[in-house]
Amino acid sequence: MYKPMHKLHLKLCATAVAIGAAALAGFAVLDAARADTAPAYQIVDGAIADSLTGVPGDPEKGKQVMLNRRLGNCVACHEISAFADQPFHGEIGPPLDGAGDRWTPEELRAIVANPKAVFEGTIMPAFYRTDGFSRVADKFENKTILSAQDVEDVIAYLKTFKE
Amino acid sequence: MRTRRTGKGGTRAGIVVAAAMCSMGVLLVGSYVSAEQVNRLTIEDLTIETRVAAPEGHPLGSELISGWEFRTPETQVLQQDDFQNPAFLWVEQAEEAWETEEGAAGKSCASCHGDASESMAGVRAQMPKWNAAAGRPMTMEQHINACRTDRMEAEAWKWESDAMLGMTAYLGLQSRGLPVAVQTDGPMADWIARGKELYYSRVGQLDMACANCHEGYYGQYIRADRLSQGHTNGFPTYRLKWQKLGSLHRRFSGCMKQVRAVPYKRGSEEFVALEAYLASRGGGLSVETPAVRQ
Ligand code: HEC
Ligand code: HEC
Ligand code: HEC
Repeated sequence: MYKPMHKLHLKLCATAVAIGAAALAGFAVLDAARADTAPAYQIVDGAIADSLTGVPGDPEKGKQVMLNRRLGNCVACHEISAFADQPFHGEIGPPLDGAGDRWTPEELRAIVANPKAVFEGTIMPAFYRTDGFSRVADKFENKTILSAQDVEDVIAYLKTFKE
Repeated sequence: MRTRRTGKGGTRAGIVVAAAMCSMGVLLVGSYVSAEQVNRLTIEDLTIETRVAAPEGHPLGSELISGWEFRTPETQVLQQDDFQNPAFLWVEQAEEAWETEEGAAGKSCASCHGDASESMAGVRAQMPKWNAAAGRPMTMEQHINACRTDRMEAEAWKWESDAMLGMTAYLGLQSRGLPVAVQTDGPMADWIARGKELYYSRVGQLDMACANCHEGYYGQYIRADRLSQGHTNGFPTYRLKWQKLGSLHRRFSGCMKQVRAVPYKRGSEEFVALEAYLASRGGGLSVETPAVRQ
């Protein structure tokens, strides 16, 4: 198995910006929230305690984000029974069924936002991070893959994945 | 020279043999994991080693496995018979271009190199090859263009042009079945080290290195694609998705774009270094040029 040879470009403690303020300032623009402002959160013991937006996640929207190839595209790597009608589930990561039992919402938030802080050297992309990358295509420069609210929506949906 | 026979005489036999091999292929080569698997890629009477023992300590473990083994039987069969391999349309054009005088010096490739099946046998297996005058390794494309501009006084071919793809495929074919054996010592060592560094560097918004996919997860599906070990022995390859032949550097570029990275340029030092590293990494596998991939 491939052992990652590169040091993690982790910034576990991103600058602490008042999350609430970010939520107010940033997320009126919603979709454009894959914004140029660096995400601010702390991962402590593999979890992000606070909501990234203060707005409760919407599981139905989370499902759409996970399915969308330009957004979550989680099926590229994970088998997910809830998406049995979708063709071509990948087998790079473990099946996500039961993830809501295996992990707390706070842990899921960290796994989705920055899995490298949870699974060292993982291939899974960090969906809410902008620092430590190199040669990012212009279109995606300084942007996160998902918006903060997308992450909250995904977590709301993952919470429903019970064994 | 191993070009496909032209004319109808040989066609039918070729297809029957290929069909028989195909149905066996479903059983034997459907999955690269099966323990009893044998290396079965034969084209006419030429055996291609699609699986060779890796040297001690190789990052891929005990075996190097050609990308051919990871493809579906429908794709595999296209490479088992030159009549069915669409790359040969380009090869045939290149065979003509080889003999055609071009440029102010009034020469063809053949004027200096004679019969390609002799002069070019084994050349592809050594690419990219150190060029002392240039002070750097040169890919097949770069050798060809150096001859065109400096020796024929003709215009350079564009990297991804049909003419260049055809000629690299035609010349590569003269090494088909021979083991990839790039120089790794002397001045090549630094280039290979640089290519290795690139291979393990994460890039793009998805933050992945070549190794993440091709070393960590070969044999597994990422969406609908079954990951191979990412070897270079089949290039240029005819890709069904491209509906044409494509260069190795085009493939590199595609892999980088898919992780949302800015690819290096075709022919850049970075891609030449990566090509050199991958050739050393896949050393011993047979040249399959021109391979067919999905
Ligand atoms: C490029 C492949 C890839 C993509 C895309 C991907 N993951 Fe993962 N994921 C992995 C891998 C591999 C692991 C296992 C961790 C490791 O590397 O050891 C994992 C682990 C996980 C886990 C923990 C597994 C468990 O249940 O125990 C969760 C939850 C998860 N991913 C959710 C997601 C979600 C949600 C998405 C889409 C937003 C996603 N992943 C997209 C590769 C991927
Ligand atoms: C005027 C003579 C001449 C012509 C015409 C010519 N070449 Fe060359 N070619 C050479 C010489 C001489 C070398 C060796 C250069 C060296 O060793 O640095 C060479 C080297 C090469 C090599 C590298 C071979 C190796 O073993 O490293 C390739 C490939 C090649 N030529 C392809 C072509 C092609 C294709 C054409 C036609 C488009 C062509 N050449 C036309 C003289 C010629
Ligand atoms: C996200 C996963 C991923 C990453 C990262 C990736 N590739 Fe690929 N690559 C693929 C897929 C999928 C294919 C097509 C199926 C296969 O052969 O693996 C492929 C094919 C290839 C092939 C053709 C293999 C053949 O036999 O036809 C080469 C060579 C290659 N990749 C090199 C690279 C290099 C070099 C890098 C790093 C710059 C890289 N790849 C990064 C997914 C990836």
